[in-house]
Formats: sequence, structure tokens, C-alpha cells
Amino acid sequence: MTNPLKCNFCSKPATVHLTQIINNTVHKVDLCEECAQKKGVTDPSGFSLADLLLKASLNPEAEAGVVRCEQCGLTQADFKKLGRFGCPACYEAFKDMLEPMLAGMHKGSIHQGKIPRVALSRKSLSDRLTKLEVDLTEAIKSERYEEAARFRDEINQVKQSVSPKPSP
Amino acid sequence: MPLTIASLLSSCSELNDNASSKTAIVLTTRVRLARNLAGQPFPGWARPGQREKVLELCREAAVSTSALKRGWSLAIGDLGELEKQILVERHLISRELGGTPQGSGVVISKDQTFSVMVNEEDHLRIQILRSGFQLKKAWAAIDELDSALEERLDFAFNPTLGYLTACPTNLGTGLRGSAMMHLPALVIAGQMEKVVRAVNQLGMVVRGLFGEGSDASGSIFQISNQTTLGESEQDIIKRLASVLQSIIEHELNAREKLLEADSGKLFDKIGRAYGILQNSHLLSSGEAMNLLSLIRLGVDLGVFAEGYRSVIDRLLIEAQPGHLQYARKGEFEPGQRDLFRAELLRGEFANLGRPVFTGAAQGKN
Ligand SMILES: [Zn+2]
Ligand SMILES: [Zn+2]
Repeated sequence: MTNPLKCNFCSKPATVHLTQIINNTVHKVDLCEECAQKKGVTDPSGFSLADLLLKASLNPEAEAGVVRCEQCGLTQADFKKLGRFGCPACYEAFKDMLEPMLAGMHKGSIHQGKIPRVALSRKSLSDRLTKLEVDLTEAIKSERYEEAARFRDEINQVKQSVSPKPSP
Repeated sequence: MPLTIASLLSSCSELNDNASSKTAIVLTTRVRLARNLAGQPFPGWARPGQREKVLELCREAAVSTSALKRGWSLAIGDLGELEKQILVERHLISRELGGTPQGSGVVISKDQTFSVMVNEEDHLRIQILRSGFQLKKAWAAIDELDSALEERLDFAFNPTLGYLTACPTNLGTGLRGSAMMHLPALVIAGQMEKVVRAVNQLGMVVRGLFGEGSDASGSIFQISNQTTLGESEQDIIKRLASVLQSIIEHELNAREKLLEADSGKLFDKIGRAYGILQNSHLLSSGEAMNLLSLIRLGVDLGVFAEGYRSVIDRLLIEAQPGHLQYARKGEFEPGQRDLFRAELLRGEFANLGRPVFTGAAQGKN
């Protein structure tokens, strides 16, 4: 499962991805539309990625192979200090460290309990909707109108099933 | 409903009004679930703006459930120190939540059985508090509230690891079930250490009344499950219930033995507690708890009328510092607290019937 990269400055989805090599070190930064504008990234003449990285005070260890959660920026050192994860995605990022830890902490390492069925089906429906919309656009673009009509019908069906129902 | 402490205190609450014989040893049962929103940093790692957003989402979702519709929805930053302390003493918020003024809150149901803390260690700490030994009912009720919240919020969930929590010790079910137990005979007989060790071996934790590391004042202990992953909620509840049942049996045995071996000594303790509560002018919190505990044991043994028990349980809360201070309208010096506590208890015990010891020794439990 790949999560979309998030902007290093706010947490919106990043659409601008920059790489610069400075002193033989690769610096990477991901930004959203808005922050890219604000930081002057779109102005190629007056922009220094090194400067930007410094201002954001990103951890330089991140490029040196230290395990770090892409979503929230928490490092393994942070976890060891705080004893708490930074976000749900940390469970994926720190998987290798976590597995032996869980063995000593719990009865087992696989969840046996409740499953949030409503939320999960809502998510799978919204994923399905996103895919159908992409398919629809593609079909229209390549003038496959019969298929497009089918996708549109399906989209309407999915939309009806996710429309909010009255609360209990 | 806006919170005024007056409205909270004057409302009927499960904790104060339901003490009956079924609450003899287990005072209260509590179940809490830890939940987080998908795609949001956990409260301890989130920026203020993110915390505010989560607070808004969660409060909105909580107040729209039927369980919480007519209750209180509060931002911790809007509460004064005294109000927070009173909520802590009533077990409606944790001390930790009270200490996080920015972007945290709580939604409390009208009857004060449900409370949903927002942005404590996890985005949501959903809690139910019931009087007596009611673990299964408590689980059923909180399961329902959790499902109602799930319809409105996307919880962070992983098919292998279950509900994802800020601390991996709560991972999986996110469930902590606990019971507040009154175990005076095990304490008097010096058997508590043995019980604690046995309970630990079964994967359960024992704490004193108000959380980690505190004294076992008033012989009141909290027993809860330690592990949350690798077992279903029903299995955790079942296992905890069977441990509680066996502690109850040990306590009842210890009471019988105390009565057989030396009822005079036991009755002397209870009678003296009654005398002190009726006549003292300075009572520390710890001493008051221990005296009230002995009176409670007296009720269980038939020395006092059954109706006493709910009075004692109310006083166990009202003798706490925050509640005392509220009752005195804030006019309060730290040194006067013990004076006011004694005055409150003297007043209450002036109107309560005298102990009757005849017949009590014939093993009433
Ligand atoms: Zn941004
Ligand atoms: Zn993370």
C-alpha cells in the first residue's frame, strides 16, 4: 500500500517533488501547490533547495538511511524517546522494529477482534469510485462511448450506496 | 448543554445513585476503547491546527450519536482548574486530558455513564462507567456507541494489527476493561500482595484507587486487562470477568475467616470508624477513605442498613479535594481542607443510624 506523499510544510498531498544534489548529497522535498508558491519554488532564478531544507529544519539524518515515517516525519529515535508513534502510517514505516516488540507485549500479534465494517466498506466504495472516474475520463478521451456510458451508470450506483443514510 | 458544575452535580449519575447489594465488592465497572482517525497524526505529534481540526470532527460526530445527544460537549481550554478536578474525581476525564488545554475536549452523556475524551493520548478514548459488576453489559453498550461513531468517522484500522493507537500497548482492540473493587478483608488479612501477584500472572494489572502508583487508600483497587492484541473483545471481557469473580470469592472467604477468628477485632475497627466519622474535626483524604471503607464493609456484614452503601459511595467522591472546594464555594486555604472534610462527614453521620452488631457475626455475605 503506497500512501501519497504529503507536503513537508503542511500535510496536504504533495504535487511538486524536487531533487537537488548538493555536495554529493541528494536532497528531496515534496510540496503542495500552495507551499510551492509561497516558498518561491516556482521562481527558478531565486530558489535554493538547500536553503529551503534548512528553513524547514528537516532532519539531515533522513537522507542517511535513518528509518522515518514518510507521512508524519517521526524517526525511530523520536519513537524511542517518546514511546508513542506519530501517526497510523508509522505502523507500516517501523514494521521491522515493531514485530519483535509486539511479541512480548501482547497475547498474539494478529488482531482477533472487532472490525469497523461500515468504515471499511465506505473506504472501498470511495476507492472504487475514484477508479471508475479515471476509467470514465480515459474512455471519453479515446472515444469509447459505449464503455463510458457503462462507467457512468456504475458511478451513479456507487454514489447512491454511499450517500449518507439517516442516523440511528 | 453548557457545563456548569452545578448542572453536572445535580444530575443523576450512575455512580452516585445505583449502589445496591450487587455493588457490594465491585463498586464500578469501566470499559474504554482507544480509536484514532485515519490519515491524521496522533495528538501528541500533531500540530495545534491539526489537533483543533480533529477535535471539531470528533465532537461533532460524538454529539450526533443517540447516546451522547443530550449531554455536555466541552473544550478543556474553556474549563477552570476546579471544574477539571471535579471531572477527574468523577472519572469522566483523565488527569492527562485535564493537563492538555490546547485542542482537547470531552463529550459526556446526560447520565454520566459515557464519556468520550478527544485528543488525549489517542484521538478518541471512548469510555463507559457502570455501577457494580457489569462488564458484559458495559461492553455491549460501548460496542454500540463505537459502531455509531464508526458510521461518522474513518478510524485508523489495519486488518492484521487492528485499531492503530499512539502507543503499541493499546493496539488491536484498543480495549481496557476495569473494575473498581473494595477488598478490605484481603487487606486486613495481609493477602493483597499474593492476590496482586496471581492476578499479574493472568495478564491483569492491579492499581490503587486513582491510577498508576497511588496508594491503595480505602482498600479500593482497580483491576484491568494488560494486553489488547491477539484476542477478541469478548475473550478479554470473559477472562477479566473470571479473574474478578475469583477475587470476589477470595474476599468473601477472607471476610468469613476474619469473622470466625476474631469478630471482636473486626467489629472494633468498624465501631471506631463510626465514632471517628461522627466526632472528628480534622480528616485527611487518606484517613477518610479508610474509615468510609470500614463502614462500607459494615454494610456488607449487616452492621448498618443496606441504604448506607449509596451514601458511602457518594461520600467517597464528595470528600475528594475538588468536590470539597466546590461545596465551599471556593473560599479555601489548603490547610482548611481537612477541617471541611471532617465537618462534611460529621454532618452526614449525625443523621445515619447506629451500628447493630448482633447477628452480623452469623456469616452474612
Ligand atoms: Zn503545503
Ligand atoms: Zn507516522
